[in-house]
Amino acid sequence: MVDGKESPHRGRWEHFPHAADVGVRGYGPTEAEAFEQAALAMMAVITDLDTVEPRESVRIHCEAPNDELLFADWLNALVYEMAAGRMLFRRFRVRIDGTRLDAQAWGEPVDISRHRPAVEVKGATYTALRVARDGSGEWLAQTVVDV
Amino acid sequence: MDLNLFTRRSEYEWEIPPHGAMRVPAIIYASEGLIREMDQKVYEQSVNVATLPGIVKAAYAMPDAHWGYGFPIGGVAAFDPDEGGVVSAGGVGFDISCGVRCLHTGLTRADLLPVQKELADMLYDRIPAGMGSTGAIRLDDREMEAMLTGGARWAVERGWGVPADLERIEERGQMQGARPGNVSAQAKRRQRDEMGTLGSGNHYLEVQEVTSIHDEAIAGAFGLERGRIVVMIHCGSRGLGHQVGTDYLKRMAIAAPDHRITLPDRELACAPINSGIGQEYLGAMRAAINCALANRQILTDLVRKVFAEILPRAELALVYDVSHNTCKAEAHRVDGGERRLFVHRKGATRAFGPGHPDLPEPLRAAGQPVLIGGSMGTGSYVLAGTAGSEERSFSSACHGAGRAMSRHQALRTWGGRQVIDELAGRGILIRSPSARGVAEEAPGAYKDVSAVVDAADHAGLARKVARLEPLVCIKG
Repeated sequence: MVDGKESPHRGRWEHFPHAADVGVRGYGPTEAEAFEQAALAMMAVITDLDTVEPRESVRIHCEAPNDELLFADWLNALVYEMAAGRMLFRRFRVRIDGTRLDAQAWGEPVDISRHRPAVEVKGATYTALRVARDGSGEWLAQTVVDV
Repeated sequence: MDLNLFTRRSEYEWEIPPHGAMRVPAIIYASEGLIREMDQKVYEQSVNVATLPGIVKAAYAMPDAHWGYGFPIGGVAAFDPDEGGVVSAGGVGFDISCGVRCLHTGLTRADLLPVQKELADMLYDRIPAGMGSTGAIRLDDREMEAMLTGGARWAVERGWGVPADLERIEERGQMQGARPGNVSAQAKRRQRDEMGTLGSGNHYLEVQEVTSIHDEAIAGAFGLERGRIVVMIHCGSRGLGHQVGTDYLKRMAIAAPDHRITLPDRELACAPINSGIGQEYLGAMRAAINCALANRQILTDLVRKVFAEILPRAELALVYDVSHNTCKAEAHRVDGGERRLFVHRKGATRAFGPGHPDLPEPLRAAGQPVLIGGSMGTGSYVLAGTAGSEERSFSSACHGAGRAMSRHQALRTWGGRQVIDELAGRGILIRSPSARGVAEEAPGAYKDVSAVVDAADHAGLARKVARLEPLVCIKG
C-alpha cells in the first residue's frame, strides 16, 4: 500500500464561482492527477485541508462510459465515502484505465470541533462539467458541486 | 439580463418566444428590476427546458430564479406522459423534497425574549446540524423501508408527532407510489444515521416573529397574528435524496440516446415518464420525498421537546409543510380540458388556489400556504395560492430570496464572526458549527426577499399574507 503522505500531488486546484454553489477545478500533468487535484478542491469547499490528517484510507472504484462522467463519478464516490463513513480526505491516488478508475483516498473521521466543516457536498453535478487537455498537454477536470 | 431578449406580456411576465429547438415559449415572472439583475444563465436554462419532449404550455421561471443545474433554480415545467413527456432527475435535483415547515407556538415576543438565549443554546444542542452530525435514530432495513413508504405518517406512528400534523403536510404526510426497492443500497446507507438532522448549506431552523400582516382574512385562516412567534424549518431528504439524485442523473444521462432524447445540457438528464427507468426513478424519488417528510417530522418532535422544557405553555401546531424540489403528478386545466401532468418544481413551491380538493378543510377557502424562506438577517414570508396561479404557472410560486452572490464572493466580503455579531446587535441569535458557513450564507449574499415576494404577489402567483423576522437561527 502506498502511504498517502509520501505521494505529494503534482498540479494545482482552484474554485470557480457558481450562483448558488461552487465549482471545483483541478489541473495536472496527467488526467489522473487533474482528478486528484479536483478532489482536493472539493475537500477545500468543506474544510481547511491542513486540518485533515491522512490517517486511514478507502479504496474507490468507478466505471463510466466517458471521461467526464467518470470524473463526476469519482467525485460522487468521494461524496458517498464522506457521508457513509463520516470521513474527510486530503490525499488521493488515482489510476485511470479507459473507462475504469481505481483510487485510494486518505483522510480521517470528521471531528466537528477541529475540522469545522463549512458545508456538506450533496453531489457533483454535470454543470460546467469538463475534462480536457490544453495545447501544452496539461489536463483540466472541473465541475460544479451542489452544497 | 438584456430586456430586449424578451417579449413583455404584462408588467410582471416576460416571454422568450420559441426559437431553435424550443417546443414551447419560456416565461419568467419578475419585476423589471429583478429581471435586469437576473443571471443570464436563467435565460439559457429556461430555453433548454423548453426543448424537452412532452413539455406543456411553457417553461416557467419564478421571480427568485437563478443559475441552477439543468433547470434554473426557480424553474417549473409540466410534462404530459401521453405526448412523450419526460421526468428529469436533473430537473428535480439532488435535494429531493427540500422544503419548509412552519409551526405555530402560541407565544408572543414578550414570552420569548427572557429565554431567547437559553432557547437558542438548547435548540443548537439538540438539533443535529452541519456536516458530520448524526441523529439519534438508527433504521434497520425493515424500518428504512417503512419510513420510505410512510413518510411523516410513519414518523407519527412511531411517536414523533400527532395525527393532526399530517393534515398540514402536502400529500397528507405520505407520498403515494414510493418504491423503496428502487432506492440504491448506497442511498440507504447514507441515510442510516441521518434521520432527524438538519444538514448544512442554506438549511436552517429559525424561531421567528410575525412582524406584519398583509392579508388579515387569510392570515386569520392560517392562524397567524402580528407579534406571535413561529418556528420555521428548512431542510430536505438528506443523504438518501442526494444519492438517489446522483444515481439516476447518471443512469438517465447514459440512457438518453436510447430514448432518442437530445440533451442540450447533460444536467437535464431525463427519461420518458412511460419508460422503465422513468417509472423506476419516480418510485425512488417518491421514497426520497417520504424521507424528507419524515425528517422534518422528526425535527419537529425535537423542537417540541425543547420548547416543552423551556416554554411549556407553547403549543407547536403546524401551519403547513411544503416541498420545493419535486416532480408530482397533478391534474391541471389546460385550454379548457383537464390533463394529468408531471409538474417539476425546482426551487419552486406548489401554490394551490382556494377550493383545491387536496387542501385540508380549514385551509380550503384561503388557498395553500406558501412558505418562503428568506435569509438569516432579513425575513421570511407566508403567501397563499391564488385562483389564477394554475393558469399562470401550474399553481406554482417562488421558494426563497435566491442568491445574489456566490459563496466565493460572500467569503471575500464578510467574516462569519462579523455576521454573527452584527445580527446579535439586531437581536438575532445565530448558532452554527461553522463561522465560514455563516459567512457564505450572509444576509447580503441574497436578493431582497421582499422584492421577490412582491413580484410573486403582483404577478398573481401567490398572495402576500405575512412577514416573519428571525430571533433565533440554527444554521447547519
